[in-house]
Amino acid sequence: MTEQTSAEWPLYEVFVRGKRGLNHVHVGSLHAADDDMAVRHARDVYTRRNEGVSIWVVRSDAITASSPDEKDPMFAPSGDKVYRHPTFYSIPDNVPHM
Amino acid sequence: MTASTTLEGDGREADLLAGFESTIAHNDRIEPRDWMPEGYRKTLVRQIAQHAHSEIIGMQPEGNWITRAPSLRRKAILLAKVQDEAGHGLYLYSACETLGTSRGELTEKLISGAQKYSSIFNYPTLSYADVGTIGWLVDGAAICNQVPLCRTSFGPYGRAMIRICKEESFHQRQGYELLMTMMRGTDEQRAMVQESVNRFWWPALMMFGPPDADSPNTAQSMAWGIKRNTNDDLRQRFVDMSVPQAEALGVTFPDPELRWNEERGAHDFGQPDWDEFMAVVKGNGPCNAQRIAHRRAAHEDGAWVREAAMAFAARSRDGHADTTREETK
Ligand SMILES: [Fe+2]
Ligand SMILES: [Fe+2]
Repeated sequence: MTEQTSAEWPLYEVFVRGKRGLNHVHVGSLHAADDDMAVRHARDVYTRRNEGVSIWVVRSDAITASSPDEKDPMFAPSGDKVYRHPTFYSIPDNVPHM
Repeated sequence: MTASTTLEGDGREADLLAGFESTIAHNDRIEPRDWMPEGYRKTLVRQIAQHAHSEIIGMQPEGNWITRAPSLRRKAILLAKVQDEAGHGLYLYSACETLGTSRGELTEKLISGAQKYSSIFNYPTLSYADVGTIGWLVDGAAICNQVPLCRTSFGPYGRAMIRICKEESFHQRQGYELLMTMMRGTDEQRAMVQESVNRFWWPALMMFGPPDADSPNTAQSMAWGIKRNTNDDLRQRFVDMSVPQAEALGVTFPDPELRWNEERGAHDFGQPDWDEFMAVVKGNGPCNAQRIAHRRAAHEDGAWVREAAMAFAARSRDGHADTTREETK
């Protein structure tokens, strides 16, 4: 069983562009023996009803993520920089178009 | 990350638990790399795996009729429906794998019987009317179960459910339309529909699981936001939805206790045979052995294809490397 599991096809993450003008968005993952098969499987699994005009696949083990936790201290520095948001600045109501 | 191995481990674990519980309390989603209690992870793996296996095994009762569909139109519809179920299984396996369980392990646990699938798929499909009844009642019950799961607390599970729910309404409508067509046919065809509904009604009610009083894990699952409704709530909702649909179709359900209760604003109905349910769950339904044997054979017969594809991929990689070297010479 261990042998079988280790011979498992690698895992790929799938990204689909829903229509022109939109970003590719992560939709899920699948197993495939190689990149070409991953694209073909992605078409069959994730776009059976015109959900996409373009597909990206990337091996899951090739992805580098920010941290093992979604609550990442890496994003903490942006938490106290409220002056990066337009609402930080008060402008009188009678000033138009701002 | 390695908190549990340090001396401050307990304090850190308490912090993590507090963080997890506040995420749940705010109705936010838990994502795969978040810390989560072991029980939460285990419950999810069990539930998502069971759900995925149900989609995969669920292809068999209907797949049984693909080669004998009464028209090209029905055949194309049934093929598309069964292919969707395969897709549902794959979305769910994908969600389950984010919890650290491999696909190979899940398949192994299905064919060894270590993990379960919905007992409904252990009943046989005896006539083409069953294709219609399954679409109407079985997919209908699945929709009742699945719509609230779109808001489940584990992100990948909820996202898979949203994708699945979008596809299910085609399943239910094609089934109902098939039955309507048969009801406009001969007396014999109408009798086939009624007979099929008689067989599937009780097993469909069992799809919501045992009564709340006998479902000890429901409270914890609801506290964790994994489940959003109790089994009995969903069963009631399904009965109330199905009764007018049966009337419009011109069939009855085989339940003498089924009647509208003005006071409750809902239908009263009888209880399924829970002993039968337990027997089927334990492996003694009409088709349990056949379903697993078929899945096992497909897995084992496909082994050489999986291996060949791996060998081909490895050789193509080497081949590419050779060409590159050749070119640089
Ligand atoms: Fe499904
Ligand atoms: Fe379905």
